[in-house]
Amino acid sequence: MSGVTEFLRGCLREVTTGNRSYWAWIGFLLAAIAVGIAAYSVQAGAGLIATNMRDDVSWAFYVGNFTFLVGVAAAAVLLVVPAYVYQWKPIKEVAVLGELLAVSALIMCLLFILVDMGHPDRFLHIVPIIGSPNWPSSMLTWDALVLNAYLLLNLVLVLYLLFKTYRGQPYNVRVFLPLVLLSIPMAISTHTVTAFLYNGMAARPYWNASILAPRFIASAFCSGPSVMIILFQVLRRAFRFDIKDEAIWKIAELMAYAMFLNLFLLGAELFKEYYSATEHLLYTKYYWQGIGGHRTLVPYAWLSLASSVVAFVLFLVPRTRRRFVTLNLGCLLIWAGVYIEKGMGLIIPGFTPSTLGQIYPYAPTAVEWGIAAGVFGVGFLVFTVLVKIAVPILVGTFRAPERAQGSEPSHAAGAPTP
Amino acid sequence: MTSPRLPLLRSGEPSPRHPEEAVAGEALSPGRRAFLRTAAAGAAMAALSSCGTGVEEFFQKHFKELKPDELARVLARIERRNRERFGRDTKVGAEGPRAGVFFGYGLDISRCVGCRRCVYACVRENNQSRRHPQIHWIQVLEMEKEHGVDLSHADLYYEADAVPRPGKFYFPVQCQQCRNPPCVRTCPTGATWKEPDGIVVIDYNWCIGCRCCMSACPYGARHFNWANPTLAAEELNPDEHYLGNRPRPKGVVEKCTFCIQRTRRGRYPACVEVCPVGARKFGNLLDPESEIRRVMETKRVFVFKEELATQPQFYYFYAT
Amino acid sequence: MGPRIGWFLLLAAGAGSFIAVGPAVAAGGAAATASETLVEAEAPPFSEGIFPCSSCHGDLPKNGERRELAFHDEQQSIFSHDAEHRWCLDCHDLENRDVLHLTSGAKVKFSESYLLCGQCHGDKLRDWRLGIHGKRVGRWDGAKTYFLCVNCHNPHAPRFKGVAEVVVDGKPTVAPTQEFLKPEPRPRRPEEQRQ
Repeated sequence: MSGVTEFLRGCLREVTTGNRSYWAWIGFLLAAIAVGIAAYSVQAGAGLIATNMRDDVSWAFYVGNFTFLVGVAAAAVLLVVPAYVYQWKPIKEVAVLGELLAVSALIMCLLFILVDMGHPDRFLHIVPIIGSPNWPSSMLTWDALVLNAYLLLNLVLVLYLLFKTYRGQPYNVRVFLPLVLLSIPMAISTHTVTAFLYNGMAARPYWNASILAPRFIASAFCSGPSVMIILFQVLRRAFRFDIKDEAIWKIAELMAYAMFLNLFLLGAELFKEYYSATEHLLYTKYYWQGIGGHRTLVPYAWLSLASSVVAFVLFLVPRTRRRFVTLNLGCLLIWAGVYIEKGMGLIIPGFTPSTLGQIYPYAPTAVEWGIAAGVFGVGFLVFTVLVKIAVPILVGTFRAPERAQGSEPSHAAGAPTP
Repeated sequence: MTSPRLPLLRSGEPSPRHPEEAVAGEALSPGRRAFLRTAAAGAAMAALSSCGTGVEEFFQKHFKELKPDELARVLARIERRNRERFGRDTKVGAEGPRAGVFFGYGLDISRCVGCRRCVYACVRENNQSRRHPQIHWIQVLEMEKEHGVDLSHADLYYEADAVPRPGKFYFPVQCQQCRNPPCVRTCPTGATWKEPDGIVVIDYNWCIGCRCCMSACPYGARHFNWANPTLAAEELNPDEHYLGNRPRPKGVVEKCTFCIQRTRRGRYPACVEVCPVGARKFGNLLDPESEIRRVMETKRVFVFKEELATQPQFYYFYAT
Repeated sequence: MGPRIGWFLLLAAGAGSFIAVGPAVAAGGAAATASETLVEAEAPPFSEGIFPCSSCHGDLPKNGERRELAFHDEQQSIFSHDAEHRWCLDCHDLENRDVLHLTSGAKVKFSESYLLCGQCHGDKLRDWRLGIHGKRVGRWDGAKTYFLCVNCHNPHAPRFKGVAEVVVDGKPTVAPTQEFLKPEPRPRRPEEQRQ
């Protein structure tokens, strides 16, 4: 297994080599992680009372972030579909990077769940045989199952592809392709199961709408790949990674359709709530207009909508889609828009007013911000490390020693067995 | 034979004090000194235990899987912990349900005056955290007669010098012990389940604190220990049940258990006994001559949020 | 001395329990089921020195004319029990003030005043007998204490206002008050429970 040791040593070498901007970025992430650790130690000591969650709003910032990141993880599929289903070469070369993002996002998801639990030391209670998972009734057991399965699948795919490419060997299409195609329904299922977690609760009329699962998929697909678009531009400049403009534009075009669907489904929900105007309107009203003097979320609601609409226009119009300045602006806007929508726009109004009609205006504490920063730090660090290893492999500069000289043409490595 | 000891109405008893009410420079009474001593000891214990639970507790199985000798050891360990934490002897039981018993609860909203005696009797009986966080298993809503049972016109935080206030009526809510409980359905670890006598219980040593059940409960009946419960030694009720009122750790969910430590021994729950107007009725639904059956057969009975099909064992009615 | 007192107390307790349970079963105060044992609570105390009424009324002339009384201001000042149509002697017996009387003229002891209430408030009496109306404490499967109408309702101003705990003959019971109950403190809002 000297090949593996050599590979790992090579990985370490890749990760520890970098220019000033790279180390500044790593330093920033480590600082965020340090903040997270400090904040978590406060929470571990005092209990979750260190957050602003209370009985009335018992899920908030952490679960909002979790929901958003499951969407990001699911969105990796947006690259996989054109790459492997339609065999579209420009994206095929970079689809693996989407899977790396999925892995990082899933790690962040699992961390957010852990920091939200009152007794994370008892997480084994959800594991079969040693624990007693309430499967199939509990949606959270399904969520744990599909998220871990999707993580495992992505790790297997990524490690297999990268290791084979590193070795300069073609991958076995009969093994690889079915797994990749499997990741499509798995990605949809992770986000659908997460949606069902909220959807199934009759106690929360704001969530108890059939439209929730489709909305989740639409918002995931229109926000997740924006990280990829920015990343590809960074890689093109930093590594001279040959990513064609068409690949980036195609992703943006697919995102535009998802954005339309997202806005359409939002419109459908708003129609139903405002037109029927039952007592269930209160939750929607709290988010968009406020109730009484309680208007905490209102500015964010309209900011999110404005961001999403502007981003949609920027992505839809080919001229702005193809100009990288407006494209990147659109990416930031849609990321912000969906982030607000999934966090503040989904979780908090679901709890406000409470089941007994009372209003608790929630806003996160410093501890919650700190822990969230730490989790994002971990996730982006994982992503950075994975990309730092993957890109040299894909580009061809990081290969197994015995293949280093007279390296094969790059299209044979990372290509299917003929 | 003397009549059974009547529970005190506590109408004149000083209400639970908020820390802001403490007067600076006031000489410490012996009770308060003991409280602070216990609190300091408790804080030290909490700091130590926040790093992790004991090894034995970590490996403890789910309540339903415990063999009798294992259960006895678990109960003994809890009594030991109580002695460490509170310096008092307690008796922690684990009585099972009785055959032929299925509890029913009746609440007469033509009688409730909103005095909240039930709220605090429950707190005292069931060892809830008093102030950090403050946990009330019973929540009394003040509603308007003009609007009826309408949550958009309900006030949990009403204050008054005298109740009932004109034009208002009162609607207490606690765990409805649903026959079709959404909390049980959604719990990922099976830490909460419905017992044969109808009580929905929680194994506090199995709960992971994910709070899915709290999102799923339509009645806001489940409460979370956001911090280590604030419970002074002299406030402790030593008569305890493993699934009921034993002092809880931080990070777990709790809720009304129909005073399982009392009702499984044949007594009324604390809220039923303390209610000064007799608005609360309790008994065995399977006994045709019980008070609750008589209520259901003679009065107009309804359940809260019936459209959710939770089928509660908690019935609201109007006696007149 | 010790054991003898013990026997005496046992006898007294036995006699007391008979007296307590007896009227309940005999006069149909409350309907016990097969598994229940019903115990009557102590009645609230009379105004001081007022009973037995015959200690004064034995000698006083009997005037049945409806009028404002010169005495009994404690009850008269609060009287609101259908005051437009009723007055004292509609319940209190003209001939013997130590008892009450039904509309038929039948005499009723003070300890059975619920029979009097039940004449007009029959639905309440029926509910009370079944345990639907009024407070009960004790065991759902056995011995429980029920309260009399007068434990919660002042017969001269019967609309419920409040109750307070009192001790009668060393036993705790309840008596109606003229003040409404003050509610216990409101729960703390979530925003008042910051770290």
